Amino acid sequence: MPVEFDSIRGEHQRVREAAGKFDVSHMGQIEVTGPDAAALLQRLTTNDVAALDPGEAQYAAITDEEGIMLEDTVVYRLPDGETYLFVPNAGNDAAMADRCRWIRSAFDLDAEIDNTTTDWAMIAVQGPDAPARYETVTDSRYTLDRFEIERATIAGVDCLVAATGYTGEDGFEILTPWAEATGVWDAFDVQPCGLGARDTLRLEMGLLLSGQDFDPDEQPRTPYEAGIGFVVDLDTAFVGRDALEAAREAGVEETLCGVELLDRGVLRHGHTVTTPDDEEIGHVTSGTMSPTLGVSIGLAYVDNEYAEPDETVRVIVRDEPKKARIRATPFLDR
Amino acid sequence: MSFDIPEGLRYLDSHEWIDVTDGTARVGVSDVAQDELGDVVFVELPAEGDQFDAGAEFAVVESIKAVSDVYMPASGEVTAVNEALLDRPELINEEPYGDGWLVELELDDADELDGLLSAEAYAERIED
Repeated sequence: MPVEFDSIRGEHQRVREAAGKFDVSHMGQIEVTGPDAAALLQRLTTNDVAALDPGEAQYAAITDEEGIMLEDTVVYRLPDGETYLFVPNAGNDAAMADRCRWIRSAFDLDAEIDNTTTDWAMIAVQGPDAPARYETVTDSRYTLDRFEIERATIAGVDCLVAATGYTGEDGFEILTPWAEATGVWDAFDVQPCGLGARDTLRLEMGLLLSGQDFDPDEQPRTPYEAGIGFVVDLDTAFVGRDALEAAREAGVEETLCGVELLDRGVLRHGHTVTTPDDEEIGHVTSGTMSPTLGVSIGLAYVDNEYAEPDETVRVIVRDEPKKARIRATPFLDR
Repeated sequence: MSFDIPEGLRYLDSHEWIDVTDGTARVGVSDVAQDELGDVVFVELPAEGDQFDAGAEFAVVESIKAVSDVYMPASGEVTAVNEALLDRPELINEEPYGDGWLVELELDDADELDGLLSAEAYAERIED
């Protein structure tokens, strides 16, 4: 996927106001089947996989024994009820398939693990007009609620369609066999969008970017620090559970917050956050100019004491302290 | 992709231009630069009276996707900055050689311009 097809601002606006399509085939796909498929994913991910009915999906984290996030992912229970499929971030599919095999062996589980990343292309169609667009390319009506998945024939191709995405808008993601992907892509007469708009859209919603807002090496964080404690179910037995229970009891020292720059400039990854008295209290992990709001927004890990909406802070941009304030996320109402 | 590269201006490999008319030198970034950056959303400019050597970083242009330092084509003192860019940084995308200019200079030594690229030479560089 290129950074932009036309312009990031234009593509962004089309998705917020109409619809756009993204080729997200860089995302991985791991399929798990067999008698212990659900048990394996329960060990792998922090959310409660047992709560998934056939055709449902959930957001989850994958943590190590210390409760540090290795991945964020969506776990799908396919409509057949037998197959579980989860979507690791780009480049992490092999490591996650290995992690599944390690869990299978460590807990003596009966499951088959297939890394099908190169079998599937993935196309996201997002925006308020996306559901109506769906009905122009298939005979079926669009009846999916958020985090549901079904089989559908799109432009004559058997696909999986899930009401998930990374933009905050209505819309869906299509899993289609690689060989058929071009036909499915071309069937949607909407704005093609690149990685640039994908990033500005997700940042306006405060959604995490793996490798940037968390990273086991560069930015080791628990789901609580990363602001996604809602995907941690301590009543399930996942790898990292005990560490996370202790972390929750101890409380976090830093929390990922929304930040809005009040002075002119653009927040960027790596900027230091300080109090108005120059005391260092955190760092920006993601930043951009919000095309919708016309101000610079970002995400930053900030000392808990200051991680409250409307707290006035400074962000150091090229040695200059600039005025900013902490914001609740998402930055947009959706 | 074809870019606008006006004759009569001098260019740097790093995509700045300088235009000297009636003793005033105006500096900006080229059509190639604005196209590579995409939507420009912020410009940091020097102050009037600041002195720069040729090759020095004197401004920062930020698009949604990138931060880019801008380099001085020739040594001199800043005599004017384009304040309009503070509210309308997109002028750099719209008119990189016109209303999207960055600063005006009083040159230390006009002979320095002889070492810069002509429009023709710059066009050849960006084709490589």
